Amino acid sequence: MTVHDLALAISARNLTPEVDDSKEITCAYTCDLLSWVMSHGEEGMAWVTVQTHMNVIAVAVLADMACVVLPEEIDMEEESLKKAIDEGMCVLSSPLTGYEICGVLHAHQVPAHA
Amino acid sequence: MEELIRKSYPVAQADYVSAGHASADIKRTLKQLGVGGDVLRRVAVASYEVELNLVIHSLGGELTLRVLPDQVELISADCGPGIPDISMAMREGFSTANDEARSLGFGAGMGLPNMKRNADTFDIQSTVGVGTTITMGFALPS
Repeated sequence: MTVHDLALAISARNLTPEVDDSKEITCAYTCDLLSWVMSHGEEGMAWVTVQTHMNVIAVAVLADMACVVLPEEIDMEEESLKKAIDEGMCVLSSPLTGYEICGVLHAHQVPAHA
Repeated sequence: MEELIRKSYPVAQADYVSAGHASADIKRTLKQLGVGGDVLRRVAVASYEVELNLVIHSLGGELTLRVLPDQVELISADCGPGIPDISMAMREGFSTANDEARSLGFGAGMGLPNMKRNADTFDIQSTVGVGTTITMGFALPS
């Protein structure tokens, strides 16, 4: 599934409409410890997190992830969104909880590892 | 061996806003040189980890990128405080990060082990009161 497909499946707002959302999601992960994510991040990953500061975008970009997904309508700071747009990283915000978002990803057969 | 590129980036203590700038530039520079795939990803992860370590743990330091014909080298050198027990610091899950770092999601104690895992060669030297130097090598496909 693409980032665009995921946004529809979890009723998410795309906080970075300027960024191409046709990237393929190859795997998914949820975790809020950035240093943990750094060691488990994979290319094409959809990363579900409640963290919203700039380092989230840095981690997602460095690991070549497909998108960052914020649960429960969490918003992201302006500065972080600006960085996301500059770096071409999609950020979605969904009304669903992290648990529910992962459930949707799993139902769409997105694996834990690419 | 002939050095193709050498770039150094100062990294300030507790500067979480700029954290990641050096790693992003390193990744861009290597991409422009045609380095890609697995090597690029491993360098990117290790450079970010070491840059964050400088921000979180050091009194400030410098990250240097060297590109040689057969490998990429990352060298992190700081001006203290030094690591009292390196074998403890290398253990997954061990961290001395402060509350500010932890509130941002750092301090899982994965930094050094993750660098070692991603690099082809890894060396760490530290003297308390003087500083720490980490040297990592990433072999380039011939």
